[in-house]
Amino acid sequence: MADIQLERVTKLFKQVRAVDDVSLEIGDGEFVVLLGPSGCGKTTLLRSIAGLEQIDGGRIRIGGREVTDLPPRKRKIAMVFQSYAVFPHMTVFENIAFGLRMGKTPKAEVTRRTEEAAALLRITELLGRYPSQTSGGQRQRIAVARAIVMEPQVLLMDEPLSNLDALLRLEMRAELKRLLGEIGSTVVYVTHDQVEALSMGDRIAIMNAGRLIQVGAPLEVYDGPADRFVGGFIGDPPMNFLAATPERRDGKIVARIGGAGEVHADGGAGGLEALVGKEVVLGVRAENIEVVEASKADGLLRGRTLVVEPLGSHNLVTLDVDGQVLKATTRPDMMPKRDAEVGLRIDASRIRWLDPDTGRALAAGE
Amino acid sequence: MTAEATTTRPARPERQAIPMRRRPRGREWLLGRALTYAAAVLLALFILLPIYLIFISAITPREHAFTYPRSLLPAEVSLNSITFFLNASGVLDSFWRSVQVAFITLVLALLIGAPAGYALARYVFRGRNTYRLMVLSTRAFPIVILAIPLAVTYLRIGLDDTVLGVALMHTALALPFAVLITSSIFVSVPREREEAAQTLGCNPLQAFIRVSLPLALPGLAAAAIFTWVISWNDVFAATILTLRNPTLPAKILTALTQSPIYYQFAAGFVMLVPSLVVIFFIRRYLLGLWGRVVK
Repeated sequence: MADIQLERVTKLFKQVRAVDDVSLEIGDGEFVVLLGPSGCGKTTLLRSIAGLEQIDGGRIRIGGREVTDLPPRKRKIAMVFQSYAVFPHMTVFENIAFGLRMGKTPKAEVTRRTEEAAALLRITELLGRYPSQTSGGQRQRIAVARAIVMEPQVLLMDEPLSNLDALLRLEMRAELKRLLGEIGSTVVYVTHDQVEALSMGDRIAIMNAGRLIQVGAPLEVYDGPADRFVGGFIGDPPMNFLAATPERRDGKIVARIGGAGEVHADGGAGGLEALVGKEVVLGVRAENIEVVEASKADGLLRGRTLVVEPLGSHNLVTLDVDGQVLKATTRPDMMPKRDAEVGLRIDASRIRWLDPDTGRALAAGE
Repeated sequence: MTAEATTTRPARPERQAIPMRRRPRGREWLLGRALTYAAAVLLALFILLPIYLIFISAITPREHAFTYPRSLLPAEVSLNSITFFLNASGVLDSFWRSVQVAFITLVLALLIGAPAGYALARYVFRGRNTYRLMVLSTRAFPIVILAIPLAVTYLRIGLDDTVLGVALMHTALALPFAVLITSSIFVSVPREREEAAQTLGCNPLQAFIRVSLPLALPGLAAAAIFTWVISWNDVFAATILTLRNPTLPAKILTALTQSPIYYQFAAGFVMLVPSLVVIFFIRRYLLGLWGRVVK
């Protein structure tokens, strides 16, 4: 067990800054997910922690020990690769035992720990087989067993579930979370799947274009995205963004959305006061918008339904609000007609106000 | 292979473990099969028939060598021709020399060629593509042009007429192939496996030896056979670089014009055998020691 400290880590590929000045502290036993679109540098950052990439700037410490210039084998880490990278010329047993054998562990202990790891991942009956005789899901388990058998201080996982089909992924996600909770290792987990990130991590670190954008607990990040990118990347559907203009009305601040009406901005409106008459961006999640029948919509924001998608547990309604597109969810029994006028009640306390130029959240919006 | 044993949902289709199901066999399938086999047999005959004829002629008494038409079965077995050939002065020495030369060539070409091939496959460096092309340039010069300067150089440094001298020349001839074949092999062995080994306690060399090398063995065996054959078959370089200590092909070449036909058959046969033995032993690596697993 160990903590990880990343201090201004930078990695260049030719002229491209794959990882750009990333600083991050990961606590002992913490499960941190590196999340971002493909090519954002998350895998490169993970490989830098593993020692598979030489960084061009900054330092990396694991358990207080400087490892920046150490090769992977001396970092006390273990890694699960996206392709699993199992060794096809060895049996499953030899695959899992590989690291222990390299470390000259006594024979009896190799056998015991290998069997324990296999049992933990429920692949005991595969031990005598070759990887070519196993399925994709089983290979994934072999790769995880091979890593955790080392009892590493830090476990690094690079999109371990991305090669599994949807059902199996769902199953493995829960099982991995259970397993990793049990062994209590510090885990850095890379994924581009925001659902995986939300459901598994203690904290999520969101990256874009090599930079670390926001770090926080899943719900913190979900409810309070630091900028437009995070809000749009996390959540399904992504956060709605509407151009709005703050105005003063009877001593209160409201945000006018073109000709569609106004939204009350009581909660956290402090920062808006200074912006009266200027442009801001209103960010709100689909589930924080209530769709109301037009007859009861006095004083509410007005919208016109474009598409209504029943999804079983809820309906997803796509709306036109003064030329801007908005998505809202409704209860299953609230089923507006297509192309109908409706009212929209937005929970003011759940609104995120953003700067239209930088895309960053307005500081006082907290 | 029942690969579904542990997963909890038995009916779930898994991506990689579904056994290939054969389609019902129709007439077209039969015809295709027959054609495949016919082609294989023809190809085999093309190679094997001359070898067989040499073999027959080598083990029948020398009078039979002149009979026509040839019978496909030996009327009489006699090792006279072969023993005569082997007992001819210097033949056994040349044979032994050839084996040594070919062996040294094989070892040197792989020792130098495989790392170069590995570097070409794994690392991006300035001038990589040029290097890949330049490797072949040693074969672009006709060896005839190189022969005289080379012989002079050898004479000067005292390498002429030695086993090592010929082996070095053969290594130079075989290296381009060794480099290019091995590089294409290492390209096909995924780098992530080596990296996985490194995270599990290997230094880069150990990772290579324990993970990539076993997976590359079939290809390396092919490269080894190729090198062996290049050296074993070479007449020209060996003839120029040796005088009193020729390799077997050089020895046979000088003796060929003045020797009777049964001597030539016996020589041909003796030339064949070591190559067959080498190929036989390396063959199992060629067929893919790990079955279909190198994915």
